[in-house]
Amino acid sequence: MNLTLKVWRQKNATDAGAMVTYKADNIIPDMSFLEMLDVVNEDLLLRGEDPIAFDSDCREGICGTCSLVIDGIAHGGQRGTTACQLHMRHFNDGDVITIEPWRAKAFPVLKDLVTDRSSFDRIIQSGGFVSVNTGGTPDANALPISKLDSDESMDAAQCIGCGACVAACKNASAMLFVSAKVSHLALLPQGRAEAETRVLNMVRTMDKEGFGNCTVTGSCEAVCPKEISLDFIAKLNREYGKAVLVNRAERQNAGA
Amino acid sequence: MILDSKIPSGPLAQKWDKHRFEMKLVNPANKRKYDVIIVGSGLAGASAAATMAELGYNVKCFCFQDSPRRAHSIAAQGGINAAKNYKNDGDSIQRLFYDTIKGGDFRAREANVYRLAQVSVNIIDQCVAQGVPFAREYGGLLANRSFGGAQVSRTFYARGQTGQQLLLGAYQALSRQIGLGKVKMYPRSEMLDLVVVDGHAKGIIVRDLVTGNITSHAADAVVLGTGGYGNVFYLSTNAKLCNVTATWKAYKKGAAFANPCYTQIHPTCIPVSGDHQSKLTLMSESLRNDGRVWVPKKKGDARKPHEIPEGERDYFLERKYPSFGNLAPRDIASRAAKEACDNGLGVGPGGLGVYLDFADAIKRLGESTVRERYGNLFDMYEKITGENAYKAPMRIYPAVHYTMGGSWVDYNLMSSIPGCFVIGEANFSDHGANRLGASALMQGLADGYFILPYTIGNYFATNKQPKPKSDGPEFKKALEDSTARINKFLSIKGKRTVNSFHRELGKIMWEKCGMARTDESLKEALKLIPALRGEFWQNVTVSGSPGELNQNLEHAGRVADFLEFGELLCLDALTRRESCGGHFRTEFQTEEGEAKRDDENFAFVSAWEYQGPDKPPILNKEPLVYEEVHMSQRSYK
Ligand SMILES: Cc1cc2nc3c(=O)[nH]c(=O)nc-3n(C[C@H](O)[C@H](O)[C@H](O)COP(=O)(O)OP(=O)(O)OC[C@H]3O[C@@H](n4cnc5c(N)ncnc54)[C@H](O)[C@@H]3O)c2cc1C
Ligand code: FES
Repeated sequence: MNLTLKVWRQKNATDAGAMVTYKADNIIPDMSFLEMLDVVNEDLLLRGEDPIAFDSDCREGICGTCSLVIDGIAHGGQRGTTACQLHMRHFNDGDVITIEPWRAKAFPVLKDLVTDRSSFDRIIQSGGFVSVNTGGTPDANALPISKLDSDESMDAAQCIGCGACVAACKNASAMLFVSAKVSHLALLPQGRAEAETRVLNMVRTMDKEGFGNCTVTGSCEAVCPKEISLDFIAKLNREYGKAVLVNRAERQNAGA
Repeated sequence: MILDSKIPSGPLAQKWDKHRFEMKLVNPANKRKYDVIIVGSGLAGASAAATMAELGYNVKCFCFQDSPRRAHSIAAQGGINAAKNYKNDGDSIQRLFYDTIKGGDFRAREANVYRLAQVSVNIIDQCVAQGVPFAREYGGLLANRSFGGAQVSRTFYARGQTGQQLLLGAYQALSRQIGLGKVKMYPRSEMLDLVVVDGHAKGIIVRDLVTGNITSHAADAVVLGTGGYGNVFYLSTNAKLCNVTATWKAYKKGAAFANPCYTQIHPTCIPVSGDHQSKLTLMSESLRNDGRVWVPKKKGDARKPHEIPEGERDYFLERKYPSFGNLAPRDIASRAAKEACDNGLGVGPGGLGVYLDFADAIKRLGESTVRERYGNLFDMYEKITGENAYKAPMRIYPAVHYTMGGSWVDYNLMSSIPGCFVIGEANFSDHGANRLGASALMQGLADGYFILPYTIGNYFATNKQPKPKSDGPEFKKALEDSTARINKFLSIKGKRTVNSFHRELGKIMWEKCGMARTDESLKEALKLIPALRGEFWQNVTVSGSPGELNQNLEHAGRVADFLEFGELLCLDALTRRESCGGHFRTEFQTEEGEAKRDDENFAFVSAWEYQGPDKPPILNKEPLVYEEVHMSQRSYK
């Protein structure tokens, strides 16, 4: 198939950037979307032009590195699919495809389609963990955990941290991402002990990093490659509400 | 070079305890005086960085991805082994140890493997405490599944995303330390060189992949957890950016490289679909718990799989290896698939595929159970091939997957450069000539959580060294060399892309040094690779400038290293005139076509020592002495 691509090109973080049109000819339906871009880039290189910068690594939908808005939809609109797992058989000969980076204040563009998502890391650093050191932990089977809780926890833990939820949201909210981590850990007894401080700290960092408020429209869930459910945002709100109400963490800090 | 493996004396089962007792400790208050550089944030690097920081050391951790959470470990699917014996099916530390030694075709170091089996049980406890949501039974206890090369069920898993969940556990532990200011994290940063001062590793040269700035970083020790080199074959199941640069640069500074020819070809991957392909995708070995591998008995049988009656199918693994069946180890299963395809029985485009069939499992367990166990793998298969594996069997073919070789390390995981430690897939230590499924995650976390943090303390306590300065002459020189190399790439302005060289190298490696290797094919490779490398340095084109985010430049550096490393890999394969595990020399096989070891002449680790750009490397041999196990011919019949 032969395609026309309209791609966001931006030299660096301070450059204004613009859409540029490219031809992608002789594309095979079995190619992944990123392999199609590889072909275009090889061509650009041979013509002495700068290839299109885009992030990818695992190319099997698990590392969360790839991050393209394709025809206005984060990851391209195949349900439960990252851009690297999107295949060209879903496009038609002659299609015009636009390709843009994630757009959010908290994810500044570094170059072309590459963005800086370190704000997500900082959210985790502020509380997205269980505070145990290595060693001295009890036997793994000492504490039975309901399979239902554990399965639900895994549903949340599957988040790959790609940021599509933020890219899809009008307000660039990170609620789905934060809710996934809060829920993953809050559903397990090991994570319960710190649930109050965790949710308060993570939400505070989320706000500080410049992510917006939830729009409650579910645009995040629709593009999530791991199909993380909106129910987790409800759970986050409950956990947050409880922590604020009880306000134990704050009182203890104040007392200390 | 003197290779001292530093294996502690005494009975096998007591070596690690004894060693831990004998090692010198660093006083808790003094730990913060030591700076440690950890390159890599995969299972090995992240677990080591977190643990070292918890102990009080100052840690700097580097990775080239935009976040430590994206290291290649994230992609591991199937599971992690541990000798918990929760299933009461006869497992024990001794059995896990023996399975691993045997699985590695008696080419691993006994003492290391025993220790690995010992600490395996702590790993699961640690991960559960961190909140890793392993699969559970209805009673609330942990579930297990079986993996190749074992007759017990000892593999813990989190759906088909075990590596992801384990890595997130380690990443979260690391993040906690970053938040506490005990680890300084450098994402989008690539180590370009290792700096050695007075014979000790004292730092690294790093390129900031966003700004292009190249800087020196000094420390009291350097730890490499930089993963495997499977991408020397271009097509592999590894993430696109995996590379050999860190251990290769260490090699050139004096860290011997061990057993580079031990590469693992995984039997269950999605077959290649065309020249555009940028990587291959693994279908987890766990599928062989329930999937049955077969080919038609008749050559060129063009019928659809369901039209071929039972009697006309060859379930070749079950036929050849009745006691392990579809769960034969990887090297054996891969070769059996290759043999079937070589005999013209392969299925799918080009005849390069065999069926992995779930029809029986679906009949026995129901589609919903199969979906629960492997749903994400079936989905992935459908995304890539456009085919529904609930309805028709998957087509699979072997692909490069894992590399057992790596930096030579002693029992303390220290390379032949004092102060440079190597952990995880990047070292050679535990898997011999073939790794068993679900053992890489175990090894990465064993090294990072439970071994390195002790042994590195012993190095500090017994080697009083001056504090390194990042502006010393050795740092300056290494920084200049790295800068010059980058400028050289950009100045060639030739006619071929970096990727075209990588692809061609991969083709040479796969055809001449892949699943079957011969004296002749290896000698050919040893001519072709230097020629290709020569052309690369004359005719490559690299775009852009050094001072910007430049992915093409990054790739050029990695491919330049692969072009040197590939030659060493082939040389190692040529000199190892036996077959063992994943290293199959066609000349050396049993009558049944199995790998034929030569224990009399080759029961050693090949540790290659760099001599300079124009001199052949020296082959040092570490003899493999087995105190406990009896070396036998592997049989999975
Ligand atoms: C598809 C797939 C499935 C697998 N499934 C399983 C399984 O089910 N069970 C199992 O036990 N094993 C499995 N494995 C193997 C296992 O995942 C790996 O061996 C293991 O995760 C390697 O971990 P690591 O920490 O050593 O390296 P990696 O996870 O590869 O991490 C390497 C790190 O080093 C960094 N790095 C590398 N070079 C540099 C440099 N020059 N500068 C800066 N940073 C650098 C990278 O950024 C990264 O952070 C699988 C492998 C694959 C490919
Ligand atoms: S490249 Fe890893 S998820 Fe797409």
